[in-house]
Order: sequence, then C-alpha cells, then structure tokens
Amino acid sequence: MMSSTAKNTVLILLVVALAFFPLVFIKGGQFAGADDRAEKAITSIDPNYHPWFKNIWEPPSGEVETFLFALQAALGAGFVGYFLGYARGRKKRESAEQSVAGVSRQKPVAGN
Amino acid sequence: MSKKFAFPLLVAAGVVYFLLFPQQNAYAMHIMEGFLPLKWCIFWYAVMIPFLVAGLISINKTVQANPGVKMLLGLSGAFAFVLSAMKIPSVTGSCSHPTGVGLGAILFGPTAMTVLGCIVLIFQALLLAHGGISTLGANTVSMAVVGPLVSYALFKAGQKTGAPRWLSVFLAATLGDLMTYVTTSLQLALAFPAPTGGVAASMAKFMGIFAVTQVPLAVSEGLLTIVIINFLASYNRRELEELSVLTREVRA
Repeated sequence: MMSSTAKNTVLILLVVALAFFPLVFIKGGQFAGADDRAEKAITSIDPNYHPWFKNIWEPPSGEVETFLFALQAALGAGFVGYFLGYARGRKKRESAEQSVAGVSRQKPVAGN
Repeated sequence: MSKKFAFPLLVAAGVVYFLLFPQQNAYAMHIMEGFLPLKWCIFWYAVMIPFLVAGLISINKTVQANPGVKMLLGLSGAFAFVLSAMKIPSVTGSCSHPTGVGLGAILFGPTAMTVLGCIVLIFQALLLAHGGISTLGANTVSMAVVGPLVSYALFKAGQKTGAPRWLSVFLAATLGDLMTYVTTSLQLALAFPAPTGGVAASMAKFMGIFAVTQVPLAVSEGLLTIVIINFLASYNRRELEELSVLTREVRA
C-alpha cells in the first residue's frame, strides 16, 4: 500500500505526462486554440452565417490575453494552495491539542 | 492488487486510442460570442435560469446548515477557476481546457456548480473574450448544468453500488467533463444542421472533433479531482461527512 503522498505524486505525474505527451509525440500539430477552427467548421456547414454579436471587450494583444489567463489561474491556484495549507495546519493543531489534553481519543470524528 | 494497475492500464488504453485517430482539426472550447443564432441564445438562457435559481437556493441552504463548509465552497470555485484557465495541448494537435466542475458537483450537488460555473464563464467572456455573453446561456448549460449533473449522478451511483471512492470520483469528474463537450457539440449541431443529413450529421462532425481532443483532458481532470478528494478525506473529514460525501463509507 502506497502512502497517500506517494499516490498523489503518481497521479500528478500522470497528469503532467498527459499534458506533455502530445507536445513530444504528435508531429506537426499547431496546438492552436479553438476559435478560428470553429468559425471555419460553422462556415462550411452554413456559408451564409455571420456572427451577429461581438465581444464587448477583447484583450488588445496576445500578451494581455496570456496575462489575464495567467491571472485567472493564479487566483484559483492561490486559493487552492491557501486552503490546503489551512486544512493541514488545522488538523495538526487539533491533533496536538488532543495529545496535550491527554485524552485518548482514538475514535474517528464520527458520532457527533 | 488490481487497483495498482487500473490507472496505468486506463491511460495506456487512452493513448492507444488517440494514436489511432491522429491529427484531426479540433476546437473543443466554449461557443464563441455571436456564433449561435439569437433564438438559440434565448433558448439556452431559458434552460439555464431555473438551474441557476435552484443553485442559489441550494448554496444558501447548505451554507446555513453547515457554515463550516464555506471554505470548501471557495475551494470548488477556485478549482474550476484554475482548471478552466489551463489550455492544455491534446493528442489531436490542438488545445482545450478542462472544466473543473466535477469536484464541486460531488461536494455540493449539481446546481451549486451552475452558479460557480456561470461566474467563471462570465469572467472569461468579459475579460478574456473567451466564450461570450450572447452564448453564456448555452455555455453554462453545457459546462455548469449538464457536466455537474452527470458528475453528481455518477458519484452517487458509485456510492450506492459500493464502488471504491477513487473510481466513483474518477468516473464522475472525467465523464462530467466529457459530457460538457458532447453537449456543446449538440448545441452547435442543433443550431447548424448539415444541409444533407441534418442535425445528426452535424452532431457526428462536431462530436468527432470534440470528443477526441477532450478525452485526455477529461482524464487529467479525473486524476486531479481524485487528488483533491483524497486530501479532503484526510484533512476535512468532518466537512465531507456534513455534506454526506463520506457518511456512507464511515458508518456503513
């Protein structure tokens, strides 16, 4: 039986492998985003269709767009990281308090 | 023992599958601004609204009953925020991103994620020109209604049948992600039926494109969701019991 840290490490490595596999093994891929291709696919089905509404605001350049995507990821990851640290710290403190109190509470938290 | 080999086998099977279907054009992401005819925009908004309202009520109820789970709600939102910002290369030679809504659906039920998913989509539509306001209804229905419903149903089914937790979580998150893009294909096919073959032909075309690109990303999302749920099971057991994500396992 692997420890949970080892298990999680393996899972995360699998995710990394899944992300990089195409970059290494798929030759000639452009790895473009979606949007132009969607346009082409729709136009090929219905050549007369014209988008009737435009984005209210568009990032002025690829750099700005990348910045905003990175910002989104950073905000999310920042909170996830904060949460994980908070939960770990809380659990540690609780078990420390229990051992200080000298109560042999070996039961799980169930039963409340 | 079989547990040890299940993931590598699954991944290997996936890889073989993709090698058989290389190099298709793909664009598995949200429907862009202006790319659904007006009547379909209205239709999908109408479908979305009841779920959004139910979600607000459901979140309110959950938080009032267990104020301790607010942080977890934040985590669910943040997880969806990170994952939907990650455009990851796929075996088809193009990029797409996971949705990250399976985690929240498992923890808080499907409609709660309609609210959080919708917020993520509004952010992306307004600041990133990714997706759109006219297509917000359609995109919310695919990513934040259908996806979470599938995830939630599969997770509950897994709990009922006594499947191992990692398996229920994996299937819930992976297939919820995948069904999001199946729904997107259906939405595009309904709006743009092929001149010959109609909706079915368009659906086949969009599906062939979407599903293949999304599969490895869906698997990634499934794996990451297992990591988070494992963590929560060891550090946030009490909250998971309050949300009856773990109750069955502990008391059965």
